[in-house]
Amino acid sequence: MTIIVTDGLTKTYGGGVTALADLTVAVDAGVIGLVGANGAGKSTFIKIMLGLLAPSGGSVRVFNLDPVTQTDQVRARVGYMPENDCLPPDVSAAEFVTHLGRMSGLPKTTARERASEALRHVGLYEERYRQIGGYSTGMKQRVKLAQALVHDPDLLLLDEPTNGLDPAGRDAMLSLIHRIGNEFGISVVVCSHLLGEVERICDSLIAIEGGRLLRADRISSMTEASDILAVEVADGTDELAAALEQRGLVVTRDGRMLLVPLESDEAYDRILHAVTDLDLNLHRLDQRRHRVAELFTTKETADV
Amino acid sequence: MSEAGVIHDIGYQRYEGPRLGRFAMQQALYVHGLRAAFGLGRSAKAKIFPWLVFGIMLLVAVIAAAVRSVIGETILTYTQFTVQMNFLIIFFAAIVAPQLVSRDLRAGTLPLYFSRPLRAADYVIAKYAAMVSAVWLLLGVPQFIMFLGGAFTTKDGFKGVWNELGDLLPGWGFSLLCALMFAGISLLVASLTGKQAFAAGGIVAVFLVTTPIVGVLSSLPSTTANQLAFLASPPFLLIAVGQWMGGDFEIELGRFGPVYGIEAVSLIVACLLILLARYRKVASL
Repeated sequence: MTIIVTDGLTKTYGGGVTALADLTVAVDAGVIGLVGANGAGKSTFIKIMLGLLAPSGGSVRVFNLDPVTQTDQVRARVGYMPENDCLPPDVSAAEFVTHLGRMSGLPKTTARERASEALRHVGLYEERYRQIGGYSTGMKQRVKLAQALVHDPDLLLLDEPTNGLDPAGRDAMLSLIHRIGNEFGISVVVCSHLLGEVERICDSLIAIEGGRLLRADRISSMTEASDILAVEVADGTDELAAALEQRGLVVTRDGRMLLVPLESDEAYDRILHAVTDLDLNLHRLDQRRHRVAELFTTKETADV
Repeated sequence: MSEAGVIHDIGYQRYEGPRLGRFAMQQALYVHGLRAAFGLGRSAKAKIFPWLVFGIMLLVAVIAAAVRSVIGETILTYTQFTVQMNFLIIFFAAIVAPQLVSRDLRAGTLPLYFSRPLRAADYVIAKYAAMVSAVWLLLGVPQFIMFLGGAFTTKDGFKGVWNELGDLLPGWGFSLLCALMFAGISLLVASLTGKQAFAAGGIVAVFLVTTPIVGVLSSLPSTTANQLAFLASPPFLLIAVGQWMGGDFEIELGRFGPVYGIEAVSLIVACLLILLARYRKVASL
């Protein structure tokens, strides 16, 4: 199911700053990574989807609704977790999330029930009756996630959810997002400038840079195996390179590794023979995968 | 922090029930704001000042009612009560308005509100209504106690109670006008800063710093200037409007009564419009 469709979406701010330029994507349900450097236009995109900003050109549809004219319907189905600190220190998480549940149109008792449910799902139990001011950054991020979840949205928009978390907190947050996307049946757009972390949990990825679409695709097709073999030996890399070239293989060096094009399965045998002939310790011989990070280093793949 | 996935984990439940409209959200925000004004659902610290002010005003009302029942003379009318309590109301507004608005600005909560169906206008209306109700309750409840004192000690039976009620209702009306004006000004000032202390100081300043201007204008040798002096300060403006509407404040307005009425209304409307414009801007952040 396609949940977000944009067509030539453009946003130019008053000062002539172009935040989004001609963005055309169609996104399927699931966990979606929205990746780009700071200032790439991620937050602008999210705000347009929430109907907080009107696009200067092009169109956007969320659940086939127009956020500009059907703002209420869109917002009722979307949960938003902002990047910045947004929690008052002097109320308990339970009260705060209940209040925001009511602000999403839940009746009083339902709001209370769903607030404690949401807090439980993000991993806050007894702590939820304590004042937010005393929470750790990790717990605050969880409260922010819970308030986005309280009204049972169909889509979550998370702006830098791992901001300020330690590595363990990051992992916990990412696995939580993964669970929400896969077990709860809620689609999630995760905004991040750290490609490495969203790559792990996303089904598909939208990469933007300077407001332009770099690539939008499913992760599986981005990281598909390429036909290059990576060979790494303990030492004697130079000798091996020479030996491989003798055997008619084209070798390129990449740090401690040798990259060999995989023309046929025979290449494996030739490499193995060369290694045994030289009596070297083979550390690694594998088919190389494209890392998504290559999207940003080489722009060949950009199909704008 | 506990780990997810304990024994009682029954999994995520989707919500199929009713979703209420913007009016219900506005109401919820109003009730939330009114409770917050008196520190309900907040820490004990947040309760001290509102209830202190409320306590003093109740005390004054009880004393006024008691004295009246003993000596049989009205020492404080309902409208005079509102005016006499001016400083306490300013104090109350300076505490409550920042609680209602500055707090959300400070904590950055507004994006959470405005990413929901709630609009800037809903937010402003709910907060304004909450503030008006809080100030009105602060005045109206003591006034009602004074009424009870008067009604139970009346010697004219039912007619006395009826007369007393005839005094109370304009008194309540005057308190409402006071609430509308004070709430508008204090919310506007509070919405300009996230720092509660600054907001409180600003509110007190707006109400009190303007007072000397009234003093200067009143002492000028021009009758017109004297009669228009009360325009310069909101508390005096309130008194002047009360006078124009038939109150007994012993001040001289001459033919400028309507001017005060117009200024009061324009002041309230202007405050609300500026507030709305401000939150329109914040909402599209």
